[in-house]
This record gives sequence, C-alpha cells and structure tokens, in this order.
Amino acid sequence: MSTTIQATQLDLTFQTNDGPVHALKDVNLEISKGDFVSFIGPSGCGKTTFLRCIAGLETPTGGDITVNGMTPDEARRARAYGYVFQAAGLYPWRTIGGNIKLPLEIMGFSKSEQAERVKRVLELVDLAGFEKKFPWQLSGGMQQRASIARALAFDADILLMDEPFGALDEIVRDHLNEQLLQLWARTEKTIGFVTHSIPEAVYLSTKIVVMSPRPGRITDVIDSPLPKDRPLDIRDSKEFIEIAHRVRDGLRAGHVDD
Amino acid sequence: MKSVLPILSVIAAILLFWVLSVIPMNMHLTADQAQRDGLVVSPETPAERQTYSGLGLVLKNPGLISLTYTLERPRLPSPHQVGVEMWDTIFAKKITSRRSLVYHGWVTLSATLLGFAIGTSLGILLAVGIVYNRAMDMSVMPWAIASQTIPILALAPMIIVMLGSIGIQGLFPKAVISAYLSFFPVVVGMVKGLRSPDEMQLDLLRTYHASPTQGFWKLRLPASVPYLFASLKIGISASLVGAIVAELPTGARAGFGARMLVGDQYGQPIVTWAALFAAAITAAALVGLFSAIERLTLRRMGMQAA
Repeated sequence: MSTTIQATQLDLTFQTNDGPVHALKDVNLEISKGDFVSFIGPSGCGKTTFLRCIAGLETPTGGDITVNGMTPDEARRARAYGYVFQAAGLYPWRTIGGNIKLPLEIMGFSKSEQAERVKRVLELVDLAGFEKKFPWQLSGGMQQRASIARALAFDADILLMDEPFGALDEIVRDHLNEQLLQLWARTEKTIGFVTHSIPEAVYLSTKIVVMSPRPGRITDVIDSPLPKDRPLDIRDSKEFIEIAHRVRDGLRAGHVDD
Repeated sequence: MKSVLPILSVIAAILLFWVLSVIPMNMHLTADQAQRDGLVVSPETPAERQTYSGLGLVLKNPGLISLTYTLERPRLPSPHQVGVEMWDTIFAKKITSRRSLVYHGWVTLSATLLGFAIGTSLGILLAVGIVYNRAMDMSVMPWAIASQTIPILALAPMIIVMLGSIGIQGLFPKAVISAYLSFFPVVVGMVKGLRSPDEMQLDLLRTYHASPTQGFWKLRLPASVPYLFASLKIGISASLVGAIVAELPTGARAGFGARMLVGDQYGQPIVTWAALFAAAITAAALVGLFSAIERLTLRRMGMQAA
C-alpha cells in the first residue's frame, strides 16, 4: 500500500505570552492510503495540532511532513483533503444544499456538476431530501452529517475529522460511527480522526495513535486486528476489549508524570 | 401584535401628562388674555400674578382652566391643537402649498435619503477598509469616533456656509450633514459584522484554498447582514436629525427645520410642535420600513430576524 501521509521527527512549538508551548515533539508516523487512523489522547496532547499540521493550517517548527508526496501547504492548495471541524459550522444563510455547494463554487465546478454532486453526497450521508432545508431546521447530528457531506463533495482522497461527534450524545454518536464506517468502506478514503473516546477510536480505526501531553508526543501506535466489516456489537468481542485495554494503558503511561 | 396594549398604555400616560401640564404651563398667558376679555382674574395685576407659580394661579382661578386649552399662542399647545394643525397642514393643504407639511416633509426627506445613501456607502467602504487594511484599522476608527464628538449644531452652519461659498446649495449640503451623522453607526456595525465569522469558519475557507475575495463575498458579507440592518435603523433616524439640524441655522425656507424655526421666530408654538411631531412620525415610519425590509431579507436568508 502506498504512503499517503508521512511525518518524520515533527516538532511544533507555539510562542505564547506565557512562553513557548511544546505542542508536538518528535512525532513519527506513516499513514497508508485507505487507512482509518484515530488520534486519541487527553486535551493538550497535540492530536488536533497534528491534524492541523497535515491540513497545512499550522506550520511545524521542525521535522518533515508530506501529504500525497507534497508539503501540507501544497496539498491544501491542491485541495487534497476535506476537513470536518468539531462544530458543523454550516452557514445559517445557506440551505443544506447551498452549504455543500460552498466548496464547489469556490473550486469552480459547473452548475450542473454542483447539483449532481450535492445530490450524491447527500445520499452518501443519508440526508437525501434535506437539500432545501436551512441548518436550524436540522438536529445537531444531521448538521454534522451535512458538514461531512460538504467535506466529501469535492472528492478529496483524504478526510480529516477533528472530534466531529464530540458534541453529540452517545446514541447519535454510535449511529454516526456506524454510518461513517460504511461511508469509508464505499469511498475508500484515507481518514484521520481525532477523538477523546476509546470505544470510538477502537471501533472505527485500522490504526490507533495514542498521544500524551507536555510535550505532545506519540506513545503508542496500534494496528487494529479487527476485520473491516464491523457491526456495533463487535464492541463486546474479546479482541475489541483487548485493544481498548492497550489504548487505556497507553493513555495511562502518558499520564505518569502528572 | 401583543405589544399593542403596552404601547397604547404608554401613549395614554404621556397624553394624560401632557394634557395636565397644559393647565399650569399656560395659566399666566390665559389669565392675561381673560383679563383683556373682561373676566375677573385674581390677583389683578400681571406683576402680582408673576409672583405665583402656574399651579398656584390655577388654584386661585379654577374657572379659567378650560381657557388654557384654547390660546392662540400657548406656551404649551394642547394635543388637540397640535392635532388640528397637523390635520390642516398635512391633509387639508395642497401639497404644493408653502404651508403644507407634506411639502416641507418631502424637502427634508429627500435630503435625508440622499445623505443616508452617501453615509451608508461611505460607512460600508470604510468598514471594508478597516477589516482588510491594517493601516486603516489602526487609523480610521479614532477619527470616526472623534467626528461624532463634535456637536453637529456647531458644525452644520460651517459646512453649509463653506459649501455655499463654492456654489453648492440646496439639497446637497443638507445631505452632507445627514451623511456625517449616519456613516458612523454603519462603520461600527459593519466592522463588527465583517469580523463576526469565527476562526473555524475562516479555517474552513483556508482548507478550500479560497481567495480573500471569495472569503468576502461568500462569508464575511453575508455574515454581516444582520449587523448592517441594526446600523441602518440607527443611521436613518440620525440622517433625518441631520437634515433637520442642517435647516435650522441657515434660515432655510423649506423643510421640517424651517417650519420649526418659523414657529419659533413668529411665536407660533403650534407650528413648531406640529413640525416636530411630523418629523417624529417620519422617523418612526423610516425605521419601521427598515425593520420590515430586515425581517423580509433575513427570512429569505434563512435567518430569523433578531
């Protein structure tokens, strides 16, 4: 399998008013095409910062990172990824369809192409028929699905998701996790997924990256032995519980110095 | 429509206060007039009456109360006198007449609207400059604030005279003063509105590699619309005040300001009050119009009006 994202000895220090903050230290990671990679760790461990480095939204202060063989900034300019933020961030003055068209308008797709893509991605996230609705008419979970559709609309091979379901309740979250796996299976995208939740990370990922804070670094990388096809009740299986244990141990190890 | 009852109650309270105030306010003038008409007034000389307060005189001459409402040149006109004058000058006079308030209203309104258009455009342009240009961000706002601390009553005659000396007269100088008052709320509101998108929404556009122009038209401008309307409603009433103030110091021959001045100079308070009320109603109508446009626009944009 080909490498999509490669980070070598990545370092990032923020200069703040309270002095420098070492957000990422010596991060080495290789993500292959089609991987579903979760980044898990306590707040301040640099998981979001690392995702933003991949997206070219932050510039590392040391080390190397490539996305599709390019620098992250080149990849951003080439529109190599779709990014889903913690909040849906839909424009309240645009309909759901209008929101999904936003990146398509910016990237200069033709009107007919836009309409066709909106229809396709709405079906993909199970929101067919909601095109003409305004965001406030949808529930939080539906809004987040619409924002995923918006990130999928321009067919980037990489999908970066920063705690996309963090603000949703557990039942909605389970449902969206299931849908996300189906979507990943159908689109064969490479997904980078930041989360706080151990079950979410284990359920979704082919690769789990455990991180710890001060300075933000990787403490464990777990390649999941779970099959690609995962019903929700796989979470009661022995393998699932074993991986969850290992993740928890990794998180605890990172906390020793606290 | 739930607000009708409270509004009516407040209006009724104000009217009651007004009607009651008329009696002591006009009592001295009424007593003088009654004496000239041969009625018995106590005390008997105007000089003695001056030692009494309005209320004191009312208590001495309760029989004169009804006459306080019918003076031709009262100190405080009664509501019905103002009402009759307004009816007379708005509906009964031909609108081409020099005494028609509709004619005067149109003179002021045209200056108001022109000034408002200039002020709003200037305000939006300045706000865009402030948001996109660091030098303007650092420099423009203090001047905009300083401009509003100068009493417009002092500035208006200077502007009128200076523009007059270079041959610009009539509508435009008044519009300049309207613009001067109305650009400020638009600048303040639009700067806040254009800056209202949060970091996340700006980051989203960066992930699309959107150009700054696209960011302006697709994100910042639509996000600023609710702020713009809040500013427009303040700006339009400020514009009207500006146009009236511009008519006051220069002896303008037409406009609400001219009518107020005429009433003042020729001792016809009823004329002044009628012009004042007509101006207030015009302002309320303009603000109401913008509220309606706001509701319509925001509903069409999928956002509920604030």
